[in-house]
Amino acid sequence: MSDGNQGGSKLKVVGQRPVRPDGVDKVTGRAMFGADFHLPGMLTGRIKRSPHAHARIIRIDTSAAEALAGVKAVATGADFDTGAGGEVEAGEGATAVKEVAANCLAMGKALYQGHAVAAVAATSPEIAAEALDLIEVTYEVLPHVIDVEEAIAANAPVLHDDLFTTGVTPKPAKPSNVAVKTVMGRGDVPGAFAAADVTVEGHYSTAAVHQGYIEPHACVASFGADGQSVVWCSSQGQFLVRALCAKILNMPLSDIKVIPAEIGGGFGGKTTVYLEPVALALSRKCGRPVKIVMSREEVFLASGPTSGAVMDIKLAATEAGKITAAEMTLKYQAGAFPGSPVHLGCMTAFACYDVENLALTGYDVVSNRPKVAAYRAPGAPMAAFAVESAIDDLAKKLGMDPIDIRILNGVRDGMKTVYGATVRSCAFVEMLEQLKAHPHYQTPVAAGQARGVAAGFWFNIGGESSAAVHVDEDGGVTVVSSNPDIGGSRASMAMMAAEVLGLPIEKVRCTVADTTSIGFSGSTGGSRVTFATGMAVCQAAEKVVVDLKRRAAATWECDIANVEWRDGAAVCTDPAKDVKPLSMKALASKSAKTGGPIASEVSINAQGAAAGYGAHICDLQIDRETGRTTVVRYTAAQDVGRAIHPSYVEGQLQGGAAQGVGWALNEEYVYGPKGTLDNASFLDYRMPVASDLPMIDTILVETKPNPRHPFGAKGVGEVPIVPPLAAVANAVSQIVGKRMTSLPLSPARVLAAMEEK
Amino acid sequence: MSGVDYLSPTTIAEAVKALGQAGGGARLMAGGTDLLVQMRGGRAKPQTVIDIKRIPGLMDIRAEGGGFVIGAATSGAVLGEHAALRKAWPGIVEAANLIGSTQVQGRASLGGNLCNASPAADSVPALIAAAAVCIVEGSNGRREIPVEKVQISPGKMSLAPDEILIAFRLPPRPAKSGDAYLRLIPRTEMDIAVVGAGVSLTFDASGTCMAARVSVGAVAPTALLVEGAGMALVGSKLDEGALAKMDAAVAAACKPISDKRGTAEYRTKIACVLARRAALIARERAGA
Amino acid sequence: MSRVRISTIVNGEPVEFLGGGGQSLLDALRDELRLTGSKEGCGTGDCGACSVVVDGRLVCSCLMLAPEAEGKRIETIEGMQEGSELHPLQRQFLEHAALQCGFCTPGLLVASKALLDRNPDPSETEVRYWLAGNMCRCTGYDKVVRAVLDAAAELRQERPR
Repeated sequence: MSDGNQGGSKLKVVGQRPVRPDGVDKVTGRAMFGADFHLPGMLTGRIKRSPHAHARIIRIDTSAAEALAGVKAVATGADFDTGAGGEVEAGEGATAVKEVAANCLAMGKALYQGHAVAAVAATSPEIAAEALDLIEVTYEVLPHVIDVEEAIAANAPVLHDDLFTTGVTPKPAKPSNVAVKTVMGRGDVPGAFAAADVTVEGHYSTAAVHQGYIEPHACVASFGADGQSVVWCSSQGQFLVRALCAKILNMPLSDIKVIPAEIGGGFGGKTTVYLEPVALALSRKCGRPVKIVMSREEVFLASGPTSGAVMDIKLAATEAGKITAAEMTLKYQAGAFPGSPVHLGCMTAFACYDVENLALTGYDVVSNRPKVAAYRAPGAPMAAFAVESAIDDLAKKLGMDPIDIRILNGVRDGMKTVYGATVRSCAFVEMLEQLKAHPHYQTPVAAGQARGVAAGFWFNIGGESSAAVHVDEDGGVTVVSSNPDIGGSRASMAMMAAEVLGLPIEKVRCTVADTTSIGFSGSTGGSRVTFATGMAVCQAAEKVVVDLKRRAAATWECDIANVEWRDGAAVCTDPAKDVKPLSMKALASKSAKTGGPIASEVSINAQGAAAGYGAHICDLQIDRETGRTTVVRYTAAQDVGRAIHPSYVEGQLQGGAAQGVGWALNEEYVYGPKGTLDNASFLDYRMPVASDLPMIDTILVETKPNPRHPFGAKGVGEVPIVPPLAAVANAVSQIVGKRMTSLPLSPARVLAAMEEK
Repeated sequence: MSGVDYLSPTTIAEAVKALGQAGGGARLMAGGTDLLVQMRGGRAKPQTVIDIKRIPGLMDIRAEGGGFVIGAATSGAVLGEHAALRKAWPGIVEAANLIGSTQVQGRASLGGNLCNASPAADSVPALIAAAAVCIVEGSNGRREIPVEKVQISPGKMSLAPDEILIAFRLPPRPAKSGDAYLRLIPRTEMDIAVVGAGVSLTFDASGTCMAARVSVGAVAPTALLVEGAGMALVGSKLDEGALAKMDAAVAAACKPISDKRGTAEYRTKIACVLARRAALIARERAGA
Repeated sequence: MSRVRISTIVNGEPVEFLGGGGQSLLDALRDELRLTGSKEGCGTGDCGACSVVVDGRLVCSCLMLAPEAEGKRIETIEGMQEGSELHPLQRQFLEHAALQCGFCTPGLLVASKALLDRNPDPSETEVRYWLAGNMCRCTGYDKVVRAVLDAAAELRQERPR
């Protein structure tokens, strides 16, 4: 293994699999999640939600609720003060403050079933529930629209009177449900299609799916009499929560301290706020701490799923299988407010492939569904479902191996993406070669089964991060991270610090700081934490090393150039000095005499995140009489740069694959004729359970460590949810004998397709 | 929900009395795996919950009259651990054990499954196929009623307001008998049946079917006893012709709805598939 | 308010508390006894994050009323560690990285222990079906299943039958 980073073979901690620093708390029940906090005098907050998919709010009468004994505060959208509004960077894109506020508590209109319209804080859950019933909301029920194509239609009910499609000229004369039209491309698409040896095309759709984190949203907010307030919550970004609360309630940032609780899964769904500004508004009204915890039903009704999508795709190729052109239209549900990840769908759709001529058009479409939130590689899995299905069609038509056709068309370093970036540090082709050589692919497909292959891409990002390294007086180290740890990042932060400092991992602990205890950081999202915050940790640790060397040089009265840091100790390389190495412990214990406490904090805007590429193989079988699919073998390969903690990298691949299999087979939002959600429970929103899945093999491809990261790390969290939709669908399509174009591939849909044939 | 009164009577008479006194404001609770979900979702708002699990006889399995009497509140886990019951009525036990997770099995009972009055209850088609009888008791005394007569429509039962389901009576099992229950769910576990089918068969020494009961669930407002389907098998060796006749009878009996769990057309098709498969398993178990 | 005095044994310790007639055992554990290791992921018995053992039976504490706990023995995640020693399952979960966010972990551990107490040598399939009521959205279950199988092997060595 050769690379420009600190060499793989010399590493002592990075690449090992130590127990995570927060592990014991999590296996003993001591870890404190958002709903686990109890404060003296704490009230229970509850939210009243719209029963209608689309309705004008004529009046909200809270007087009876306010009069109920034990009710301490009632809030509506009128209690928010968003002022000028503006935007806040939310980790996967900017978010409009006024819309976030109107999603937390409706302003004028209820835009989906479950939309919050009012909130109460009371001395017990029972009183809070009773108070909700006493709030009288007068609605004028309006026609609703759920389906994305229907929402685009000329006669559709319009959700927002002030929504005019951007991205088209001239500006439309009338408002519509199309928030944005995105166009991107290059080359001569019609020309390439005219010259093509072979073309394939298809119309694809996917259902809205939920992130499905097991922990419902939860927070406690306590407003102080002088305005200084504290919020405890489960989120992917304490600084984001602070910014949104401050903007929505017109408070100075420095008056709000957000303490990140442990977070019970997010997958992008906790990169916004639903409860925190409401709890804070209630606390501001009554001066007591307020806790709000969503029920699972509320999570499904009112927190972000990701977009369902409708896509049309056409590919042109040569007889040899080289894709020469692609044309694709993507229509994504945004939910009740603009902001689907359709632009990310356009950007990622062909990011794995070198396609000279491209034309992509995306539509961001509002409808009477909950506002979508980021979900793991937002926008990419749906687009990849269409692209990877079409490539499968192409391979079939040309009699090519599905991995070979992807190798032939695969991106390599130096190529240009459709969005302008130059591909670098990319091991897509090497990864496909490793996948092809894997025992899974080398094993013939068992009788009655089929095998699907698909690939996927995610950008991975860097951005603003802070971290501190504190050397304790006994030579141990505390690393302070600025990012909520959603899947084990404290382990990788501690490992990188230990590697730089030359310490065993047991000497390094890592905590996640609140907003007052560390510099600003972007949210945990975009697969950025190990890369960006990890880089800040490394830099902070390196500064500590420099400081330690300086102190050793001063002690030995030698030039700092003659001090090296080796295995956790300063070593003098001046042959004239006969001194023993000074260990971390020795230096730490004498810090008062060498310049005071040893600590360093680094805040950076990390650049140089390298994109991630994955490819999965899925073997499955179908009960031909019932249409039920069983996944029997699954392998996920990914270009990971370098795995800091391989177990947690494997875990990302396995977890992403499982979510993708759920998306492909059974997960969907089911709406009734009144625009209400029929399956707002874990019983009927069918996420995979343990008995639904086989073991998930992983291949971590580490041939191209990212040269822009001290240890070669790339983001790994998002890529693995991109390939599974098509990997599953490609296998199902083989057994069915026709292309399956709509997800989920439920038993009834598969059986109907088999019978139609 | 803290405003709810919780009662745990230790005799049937006490429970019947409490139920009568509550005048419709009470709900009986066995395992509670449906009731608590309904209470939490606001679909049930009882003033009183009467827990029947402390009443002697409601939580056990007794051999009686050559058959079995199963206390109505006996959990699925206990049924699954009863070797003799499992040997005599594997279909009933497997149906009961399909309800929910391991955790739910620790609580959920046959009585609760029936009295929740859902057309998709897993154990009900198996009990109907077995010709199981309910023992109920109320202020007017004790009576017995076939399982298929208990549900009237989704959420509605034929029991009087103060009647309590005490136990199920399973008949003696002749030689060369077998039963089976199958359901279709999209996942492997944790779902409500899209369709369920229970079959109980008895054969003679030559392998000819002497008695057959076929019941299907989730394809009509209540679980159905499809008499025509049983008749199609009687006198046959479960040859293709007999099975085809059973299919036709099952399909004719199905009156399903289309909902989030499945379309009407799909349900009808699958009811036939499952009834056939269950019949073949039942035959194998019968050793015929 | 119909609050009733409930006497029970939680993790071996006798405990008395006032619970509501319609309060779930989960809410009582969390809000009255402040044993917040048991989690609410759904409140409807579908996710298993609230798993506890009552008189030797694995149940969802969200699907049991607090007053039903009267006179029963309840075991929660807080009682799994023996003194300052982690249970082999807890250790194997850590060594296998069988948790990411850790929210479902207490329920998975309680359920896994109930399995191994009953069946010291389960197959992979038995583990998967036993744990089907414990949803995990992070791990894809692979490392969870491996951790349980390895803990089973370890326990079999420790306590040969």
